[in-house]
Amino acid sequence: MSSAEINKNEVDIVIGALNADLTQFLTSWKSFFSGFHLIVVKDPELKEELNIPEGFDVDVYSKTDMEKVVGASNATMFSGYSCRYFGYLVSKKKYIVSIDDDCVPAKDPKGFLVDAVTQHVINLENPATPLFFNTLYDPYCEGADFVRGYPFSLRSGVPCAASCGLWLNLADLDAPTQALKTEQRNTAYVDAVMTVPAKAMLPISGINIAFNRELVGPALVPALRIAGEGKVRWETLEDVWCGMCLKHISDHLGYGVKTGLPYVWRNERGDAVESLRKKWEGMKLMEKSVPFFESLKLPETALKVEDCVIELAKAVREQLGSDDPAFTQAADAMVKWIQLWNSVNSSG
Amino acid sequence: MVEPANTVGIPVNHMPQLKDELDIVIPTIRNLDFLEMWRPFLQPYHLIIVQDGDPSKTIAVPEGFDYELYNRNDINRILGPKASCISFKDSACRCFGYMVSKKKYIFTIDDDCFVAKDPSGKAVNALEQHIKNLLCPSSPFFFNTLYDPYREGADFVRGYPFSLREGVSTAVSHGLWLNIPDYDAPTQLVKPKERNTRYVDAVMTIPKGTLFPMCGMNLAFDRELIGPAMYFGLMGDGQPIGRYDDMWAGWCVKVICDHLGLGVKTGLPYIYHSKASNPFVNLKKEYKGIFWQEDIIPFFQSAKLSKEAVTVQQCYIELSKMVKEKLSVIDPYFDKLADAMVTWIEAWDELNPPTKA
Repeated sequence: MSSAEINKNEVDIVIGALNADLTQFLTSWKSFFSGFHLIVVKDPELKEELNIPEGFDVDVYSKTDMEKVVGASNATMFSGYSCRYFGYLVSKKKYIVSIDDDCVPAKDPKGFLVDAVTQHVINLENPATPLFFNTLYDPYCEGADFVRGYPFSLRSGVPCAASCGLWLNLADLDAPTQALKTEQRNTAYVDAVMTVPAKAMLPISGINIAFNRELVGPALVPALRIAGEGKVRWETLEDVWCGMCLKHISDHLGYGVKTGLPYVWRNERGDAVESLRKKWEGMKLMEKSVPFFESLKLPETALKVEDCVIELAKAVREQLGSDDPAFTQAADAMVKWIQLWNSVNSSG
Repeated sequence: MVEPANTVGIPVNHMPQLKDELDIVIPTIRNLDFLEMWRPFLQPYHLIIVQDGDPSKTIAVPEGFDYELYNRNDINRILGPKASCISFKDSACRCFGYMVSKKKYIFTIDDDCFVAKDPSGKAVNALEQHIKNLLCPSSPFFFNTLYDPYREGADFVRGYPFSLREGVSTAVSHGLWLNIPDYDAPTQLVKPKERNTRYVDAVMTIPKGTLFPMCGMNLAFDRELIGPAMYFGLMGDGQPIGRYDDMWAGWCVKVICDHLGLGVKTGLPYIYHSKASNPFVNLKKEYKGIFWQEDIIPFFQSAKLSKEAVTVQQCYIELSKMVKEKLSVIDPYFDKLADAMVTWIEAWDELNPPTKA
């Protein structure tokens, strides 16, 4: 599939603006964003005016817009990196592609710029194979197939809910790791897309992600805020929590989550050592989350994504609430998110 | 199009890791000319050659290789009646080599596998990569999106729980193949010209609870950790099925590794698979397997070993009982196979008695 074959009308590209000047970002993506509708959501805590170059089909949402749609008290849900979720909420399209504003197109080993948008949509349009691992990775791509021993009844795959891309240059490492290996940059271009097996947990990064909004939109929850959450990814965990919920719900409903291509080139920003100075709450919260998700079983009766989120929130409150107030807040946010989702999307 | 590497002029590895701790097991029915190409990487190591088919035939081994060779007569002599568990006229017989080895690690490779080239054109030392894979931990409890976190230039990503970063011991390193891919017969018939030209530069741990189709063409494992589970089943002469040997072993191995907290890796290294087997012959061998698999897979997916099963042998015996109980209904073959699994363990323990402290 080439970019000519995907239906651009089915896609919204959602960008969370944590930087006011989006000129370099949007200019670098212009050829790949061309023909697509963009939703740019400004971090409500960003004071400066956004600088958006001409030539894009874009809708911009700022704090005032948020307050109009969800009310002033709920607008706080969308601060910092979570601003992008507002874009997910108001979009009317089938697919969302979301890239952090400090990323530009990467080059593949042949030197060609990677069309991350098209690759994400291709990942989403093709089936996922979470029930059995294919050792040649994506069986549906050109030049590959299912290997000997792959059960025939599983070869039609399941719908793909999300496509998790990767990053060259500044990989999405945590602060302690990057601080220890200050010079380390990711130069390995791994030419594969694969489905993350069912029941396997993974840390889903929000830096370069796409999903089928029609299938799992409500499951992308802006819920977990670590104390002292900051404006660099090293100081957040919102996407990792969101990803754990998304994966669990996808597994429950029989959908797949892919990882691998496309790569984006992530620019230098922030200072890992500086981020280390803040007590890193995320570590503790992740340790508690893992056994929770490992043993969690959503009821068979939860068949809709919204119901899954509500059930998940209930379980979080019951089992993790006493461990840390961040979890109770996350549970509340998840419930609130579904209310907002239903109200915003029922009128659409 | 992808070509094998030209290894002429590459000096023999003068610092072969694990030289005295690793055996290379090669099943063959024809000749071992392919070893000439592997000389720089494999010559320092000891070979165990399992000769299938007519034992009166002489297998020529290129000069300079240190090896022991077993034909069917040897297998019958060494195992006596227990030799019934070792397949005849099928490369599954290779597992006899695992049993007689006295080393900690095994690398097994098919005699139609040549040295591959990486994207820079460099010859891939597959054994060296397998050793790297086996010597560093696996991470089966949480998927790392940057693949093997212990590799040079990689690490655990943000959000990866710190308590899981030590990883677990690696039991198996499953390599891949450029050129002729390991397809089943139906796929081969539909896509006879397809070649794998995609070099995916990654090693990854297959998550706990996930099954995969293991291929025995390019495989290494820690014999001390998982050896007894590497039984390649009853295939070939007198058996209703073929080309399911390595997969059967892989499913048993994965269930046991998951139970014992061991890791299984897949990905690098690549070898260059030169020969495509006849798809019509393959179809006849695989035919029953294609149907049986639909029951075999759910069987393995739901197999639960008891808390009391703490050694590989105990796990394997338990598994054999489950096979007899649950799969015999599909075909009496599984009854035979379950018995053979027990025979295998008995033979293994006989040839590998526990060393006195």
